[in-house]
Amino acid sequence: MTAQTSTHPWRKLKLNLSHRLADFNPVQWLTSLLLPVTGIVVFLMLWHVGAGQINTSLGTFPGPVDVVEQSQSLWQGHVAEREKETAFYQRQEERNAARMADDPSYSPTIHSYPGKATFIDQIFTSLVTVLAGFLVSSVIAIPCGIIIGLSRSTYQAVNPIIQIFKPVSPLAWLPLVTMVVSAVYVSDDPMFEKSFITSLFTVTLCSLWPTLINTAVGVANIDRDLLNVSKVLRLPTFTHIRKIVIPSAIPMMFTGLRVSLGIAWMVLIAAEMLAQNPGLGKFVWDEFQNGSSNSLGRIMVAVLAIGLIGYALDRIMLMLQQAVSWDKTSEQR
Amino acid sequence: MTQTHLELSGVGIDFPTPKGPFTALNNVNLKVRDGEFVSLIGHSGCGKSTVLNIVAGLHKASRGGVLLNGKEVDEPGPERAVVFQNHSLLPWLTAWENVELAVKRVFGKTKSRAELKDWIAHNLELVHMGHAMHKRPGEISGGMKQRVGIARALAMQPSVLLLDEPFGALDALTRAHLQDSLMEIQAQLGTTVIMITHDVDEAVLLSDRIVMMTNGPSATVGQILDVDLERPRNRLALADDVHYNHLRSEVLTFLYEKQRKIEPISARATATTQAKKKTEVA
Ligand SMILES: Nc1ncnc2c1ncn2[C@@H]1O[C@H](COP(=O)(O)OP(=O)(O)OP(=O)(O)O)[C@@H](O)[C@H]1O
Ligand SMILES: [Mg+2]
Repeated sequence: MTAQTSTHPWRKLKLNLSHRLADFNPVQWLTSLLLPVTGIVVFLMLWHVGAGQINTSLGTFPGPVDVVEQSQSLWQGHVAEREKETAFYQRQEERNAARMADDPSYSPTIHSYPGKATFIDQIFTSLVTVLAGFLVSSVIAIPCGIIIGLSRSTYQAVNPIIQIFKPVSPLAWLPLVTMVVSAVYVSDDPMFEKSFITSLFTVTLCSLWPTLINTAVGVANIDRDLLNVSKVLRLPTFTHIRKIVIPSAIPMMFTGLRVSLGIAWMVLIAAEMLAQNPGLGKFVWDEFQNGSSNSLGRIMVAVLAIGLIGYALDRIMLMLQQAVSWDKTSEQR
Repeated sequence: MTQTHLELSGVGIDFPTPKGPFTALNNVNLKVRDGEFVSLIGHSGCGKSTVLNIVAGLHKASRGGVLLNGKEVDEPGPERAVVFQNHSLLPWLTAWENVELAVKRVFGKTKSRAELKDWIAHNLELVHMGHAMHKRPGEISGGMKQRVGIARALAMQPSVLLLDEPFGALDALTRAHLQDSLMEIQAQLGTTVIMITHDVDEAVLLSDRIVMMTNGPSATVGQILDVDLERPRNRLALADDVHYNHLRSEVLTFLYEKQRKIEPISARATATTQAKKKTEVA
């Protein structure tokens, strides 16, 4: 009995564990695991059977087995390419060292590896691009959303513009962005590739709107009573925004950010495909043009990778939301 | 000797509605002395919160105005602290941080860091919230939230404390406890208090004067009752007190006979006669 009421940390932990074990419900746990697994298994079977029925000029539609094979070969291709790269640099270094020994005045130049970007490289490029584009769009959209939400008249003035640009497809923006970037971004020693900048801004332009609108709506709908508290305290504008406006708009803000990130990821793949900018979209397009018997399987691997990454990005945003939000019960789907 | 601290003169307000302006209040006159405890009582929707909001500066009167120490009030300010009908704590701040926000705003420049800390703790102790200062509003009960709301208002050391049905949502025990603390605190600090209530016992127990409002639209002060009971007051002793029960029945008579909500025509007629009579009372 005394052990139960003791506040000794170790005993507390033990107590906690036994509570957890008491809460543990094996039936519930099994069903919560069983249902998704069943769903996936049924899907794989349907896919396997269905894929065999579809014939294309490049062979049958890739089934689960092809996907596993192709993902293995893509991974091996990546590993092999990396080995070639290290070997390439090693050879250069040896050669340079030998020439330096002969002729001390010789200053060596290092040539960069001319090999092709692998599937893994393309994933990495796409991830960096989407995060950069999303970051730029958030940095623009959140402050603008707050300003728009704070004043009814600004909201009314800006609303038609937002409504017009919101539904524009990335494909329509792309030529304009490409031309503007080529004209404006001229530098002898560019820090970023032009293609990176083009993809980035296309992503930004398309993923701006959900965050902007949701932030504005969140700010505009702050509880009247909380606004009255702020008025009675005569909080200065900046403190008012920091202490009252931002915390109460955070749930809506994150809803917007999650939609924005989803859009950013979809838009990026399309933009890369169309503009031939490095990334997963280009990988898909190249495989399509390549037209070997492996191509469809590889494209299918890319499709799954795009889906998994999109899902992972959304989960990360959700975790971020839960970490930042004061309301731990806010929507978690 | 006791001079007017707060004065409402000819206050009226029209709310714009789709069907044209709605006159919620008309010709409200009231003088409150320094350190006085005044209750506003009236049927739901008659305009009590509106009166309080006008005094707080959250609503602008369409006619007439409010004077605080002879100066016109036209915007909200911390010298008129409000305890809102539904506590209105910031849900992302702990009880401590909620009080801190107000205290820093009022005393941030005049008190040292240690003094601020002591002052926040003191006010939370005053409402017996010392044990749960670091909990968020979502983690404490309704009564506790209301207590933090009161602590926040008291901590601002307002010259007028405005309370909008502060104990409305509480159970009888908690309410009694908070009423006693409020009486104690007010006796100690001598703050001027205007409290809205729809509880007759509460009004008689706490107030120096009870302001009874007529039904809206165009609501105004119907009758003012002086509560000349000795302080400190004890709720148990007063339960059998003849004078206490007489005062109580006067308020009840006003609410349930003179201002019955069922007959709008006669109600409006009384409202106008009451309004005329009012000028003599004030
Ligand atoms: N912003 C507003 N716009 C239009 N009408 C309003 C507004 N605020 C209040 N009213 C009207 O004014 C009248 C008085 O409202 P008020 O909230 O002051 O009533 P109350 O006496 O506090 O009621 P309760 O006891 O239910 O809180 C009501 O008829 C209400 O409909
Ligand atoms: Mg009210």
